[in-house]
Amino acid sequence: MGGSWVRQGWVIPGLAVLLAVVMGLSLSIGSMPIDWQELVVTLRTGGSSVSATVVFDLRLPRALSALVVGASLSLAGVLMQVLLRNPLADPYVLGTSGGAAAFALLVIFLGLPYQGIPLAAGIGSMLSMGLLFLLARGEGDWSSARLLLTGIVLASGWGALISFILSITQGAEIHSMLFWLMGDFRAVSPGLTRWILLASALALGLFVARDLNLLAGGELRAQSLGVHTLVLRLGILFGASLLTAAAVTLSGSIGFVGLVVPHMMRRLVGADHRRLLPASALAGSCLLVLAEMIARTVLAPQQLPVGVITAFVGVPLFLYLLGRGHRAGSP
Amino acid sequence: MSLLSATGIEAGVGSVTACRDLDLTLKPGEVWSVLGQNGVGKTTLLLTLAGLRPLRAGEIELDGTSLQSLSRKERARKMGILFQHFETLFSTRVVDAVMTGRHPWVSGWRGTSQHDEKMVQEQLDRVGLEGFGQRMVTTLSGGERRRMEIAALGAQQTKVVLLDEPVNHLDLHYQVHLMRIMLEEWQRKGCAVMMVMHDINLALRFSNRLLLLFGDGETCQGDVASVATESNLTRLFGHPLQRVAIGKETLFWPL
Repeated sequence: MGGSWVRQGWVIPGLAVLLAVVMGLSLSIGSMPIDWQELVVTLRTGGSSVSATVVFDLRLPRALSALVVGASLSLAGVLMQVLLRNPLADPYVLGTSGGAAAFALLVIFLGLPYQGIPLAAGIGSMLSMGLLFLLARGEGDWSSARLLLTGIVLASGWGALISFILSITQGAEIHSMLFWLMGDFRAVSPGLTRWILLASALALGLFVARDLNLLAGGELRAQSLGVHTLVLRLGILFGASLLTAAAVTLSGSIGFVGLVVPHMMRRLVGADHRRLLPASALAGSCLLVLAEMIARTVLAPQQLPVGVITAFVGVPLFLYLLGRGHRAGSP
Repeated sequence: MSLLSATGIEAGVGSVTACRDLDLTLKPGEVWSVLGQNGVGKTTLLLTLAGLRPLRAGEIELDGTSLQSLSRKERARKMGILFQHFETLFSTRVVDAVMTGRHPWVSGWRGTSQHDEKMVQEQLDRVGLEGFGQRMVTTLSGGERRRMEIAALGAQQTKVVLLDEPVNHLDLHYQVHLMRIMLEEWQRKGCAVMMVMHDINLALRFSNRLLLLFGDGETCQGDVASVATESNLTRLFGHPLQRVAIGKETLFWPL
């Protein structure tokens, strides 16, 4: 339980500072170390030195991608947990990422234009979450076991489809395609659309934060207090799917971010979405920027997929939460 | 003047029909108790009146306006409901949980005001939870949670109040005490209250109107004095009941 000082709004500024520090670290650490002074000079002046190439062409795009993916997956996790009324919900665990990845790969496999990939990924994640929403809903309320089983089956179904496509693809660079399964970053910038999506998801989320709080406390009660729950749920479904698709098309399926981050943030700032949403976005960014940095440095010159690092953190936490029984909620 | 009126309504779920062709008028100062056996559809009727379940037939008006044509927010400002079960996904502080009752009155970016906070505190005091504000909801006992929910409903400040087994989980003292102070306040403010009750004597003691659900859509309603007869109640509960007078009070004793 956090002391009152963390509740009084220090967490969010603190995380913003932490994100700046982590970004700085990520830009300076690597096979070619760049010290802070040099980094500041490079960032200010740009130029065409070797360090400028390393920073602007290699490290900055990856770090920014990690930032956007981390924030998007964390927000998607928070939203899915409200939608499905289950703190174990996560885009990776429940197959939403898998749906996006499978549809994206399908576009490549069928030889359709590459511009169709984001759209296909969006459709894939929405389809996956829509199926989950329809199938996992038992009589009345959500049962945790049913939801998780449905999600896990969907996830393995998408995984099988991805494996199938990969195995019948001939002559393609299988290794580079594996990133859809494992999750990794390439030196690609996140692109304006993803920034806009992230910013508008956060802004809209904050606008309906009070409604999200009520929805988490039960659908009927939320309705009785004036929340249009059907519209809100559809909005969440749509938003979380798009966020997941945006992340997956950039980095493949990186797991457990949407599970780990909201869980940690609830312990720090409580369950109020007015603070939980921004805190999760910032913490998710920090986590993935850090994970990306570790993935390319810890066994250098070998690069690990980032999804492996997040899974090492996420799997034990998931099992712990599952064992503890989710009904107790997070303190 | 009626606060809530139903005309020719049929409410039910699945194979259960709670009422058929029921006319009902809730006026200011009235306290209704809904009585009936388990599974007869008492909760379904209450949820239907609250607009939370589809109406099978008929028309419901809230404060003179059709329930369908009111916006959700307007409806929530006029009618509040206490649910039978308390759900929580993530634990919050007690003050935040009670503040949810103010939701229909605040909107969008604007936060809650000092006025809202004062009202929350008043309601917490009223239900005997002063000093509990900063506690987490998950640390409360069942009875304390029930009182917290009643405080949240009080903070909603509605003219129509629907209660589903309000004294569930409550200690004897709070059953009587809370019913008395809450109902007095609601009556003083000219509210209309309808509650689903299990304890017939508590229902008779605190209400002035009764609605009996016999099952299969058959109902009976009226003043407590005219409806609470041995024969009606014996039939209602499927168990013989005897009327006993203690001082000025009338009790029903299951034989």
